[in-house]
Amino acid sequence: MATLESAQGPMETCISSSVSTAPVTMVRPRHSVLVRVTHWIITLCFFALLLTGVEILISHPRFYWGETGTVLTKPLFQLPIPSSRRLVPTGYRYVLPDQNGWSRALHFEAAWIAVLTGLLYVISGLLTRHFRKDLLPSKADLSWRALLTSFAKPLRFERPSAAESSSYNGLQRLTYLFVIFVLFPLVIWSGLAMSLGFVSTFPWSVTLLGGHQSARTIHFFVSLALVLFLFVHVLMVCLAGFWSRTGAMITGRTGTRKEHA
Amino acid sequence: MIISRRKLIVSGLATTAGASGLAVAAHLAQKYGLVPPDHGGIYGLGETLTYASQRLLTRHSLAREFPRNQISPRPFPNYLDPLTDDFKRLQGGGFADYRLSIDGMVHQPASFSIADLKSCPFRSHITELACEEGWSYIAEWIGVPLSHVLHLVGVHPQARYIVYVSMEPDTWDSIDMADALHPQTLLCYGMNGSGLPVAHGGPLRMRLPRQIGYKNVKFINRLTVTESLKKFGKGLGSIGAEYGYAWYTGI
Repeated sequence: MATLESAQGPMETCISSSVSTAPVTMVRPRHSVLVRVTHWIITLCFFALLLTGVEILISHPRFYWGETGTVLTKPLFQLPIPSSRRLVPTGYRYVLPDQNGWSRALHFEAAWIAVLTGLLYVISGLLTRHFRKDLLPSKADLSWRALLTSFAKPLRFERPSAAESSSYNGLQRLTYLFVIFVLFPLVIWSGLAMSLGFVSTFPWSVTLLGGHQSARTIHFFVSLALVLFLFVHVLMVCLAGFWSRTGAMITGRTGTRKEHA
Repeated sequence: MIISRRKLIVSGLATTAGASGLAVAAHLAQKYGLVPPDHGGIYGLGETLTYASQRLLTRHSLAREFPRNQISPRPFPNYLDPLTDDFKRLQGGGFADYRLSIDGMVHQPASFSIADLKSCPFRSHITELACEEGWSYIAEWIGVPLSHVLHLVGVHPQARYIVYVSMEPDTWDSIDMADALHPQTLLCYGMNGSGLPVAHGGPLRMRLPRQIGYKNVKFINRLTVTESLKKFGKGLGSIGAEYGYAWYTGI
């Protein structure tokens, strides 16, 4: 029994060859252990945040801009859904049950876990140069032709090539960077800007966003953008081969190893 | 998969360090009052992280105050349960017989009429009231700082919480001393330049501008100063916490 010492850093999985007589080639896993673990923790938190976010939202499905807004003021817009509060004019004859207690508790708990996990991911991504190696697009990636090709391919239901399954194209790189460094920070910021305690220490965090209600409206739209990303992300995974891509995010191995053997 | 000896040792050490680190953190958190009364159950981790971090960050910070021209023209009072007969009787008498009693760990248990409270030095602030549902409005709130009344009755040094009880049936809540002694925490009897309307909790409401609306309990008539919340209700610190609504609502 041979244990291969990792040659590529501590995040490596060790591959042992116990039965196979074929020469073992050291394959760099498609995703490092840290990326895989943080990916699924954040996935779990994201669904908890989404569910409880919708639950909290239905207690007041109206949005405003600025500092204040109540059922007595004109909303920016109102979602055409029923509400869990009888004083919200919805046009529906029934009132949904109030679920805000546990929803708020789970929302904040999931947010804590997601933020701490996200921090671990970002710090390790910087230290291991994950962002630079795997996510920072090259000049060639950023040409209009390259970006258009990566955009058009999935629209023609074209499966990515073998080379593409071990790396990301320019469009994917830009999208992931945007989600990690723009959408997630914005959704955390706009969430904290609604915290009366937090803004008593950091008042600029809410004034910069235009007020308490603006922060709430921004929080809603950034969450929508994240849900849109999730849809496209899962769609792309399905297009590329759901089991092989999901398997790679669980075990770290791509299906290509078998072909070499 | 075979785990190398080095990996085993490293992860063993990391686990031990992590576990003892957690134990030390839990001990320190308890000692410095960073653990909320509703810290049990599956959401206890989130509640504790929020309360502890906000206590460390916001102990003395002031809620944002707004200029007079930002006062909302129509403050929304939210749904109110039917008033009790006891309350209606007091209301009929112009609240002349309304009393706020203070007991528990104080040198001088006392009872205050609204007139007594109005003769104390007052403070007013123009702050936002934000409901957990999502809406918010700005109003001027006028009252006597809770810290002043606590000073009058003399609070024992071991006291850690103030429990406040409403005239509404089964309605009570509590705050820690950081909030109780905070300069913006008011026993509020006035709003927007006049008396506090009954719909907004008149004649007396707890006003905590750094916490969510439901913590700002209406019609309060009793304060109890205490060292522990264990003997109040189920020991979770508020009636809301017994229904799953967080005790600490800085967020």
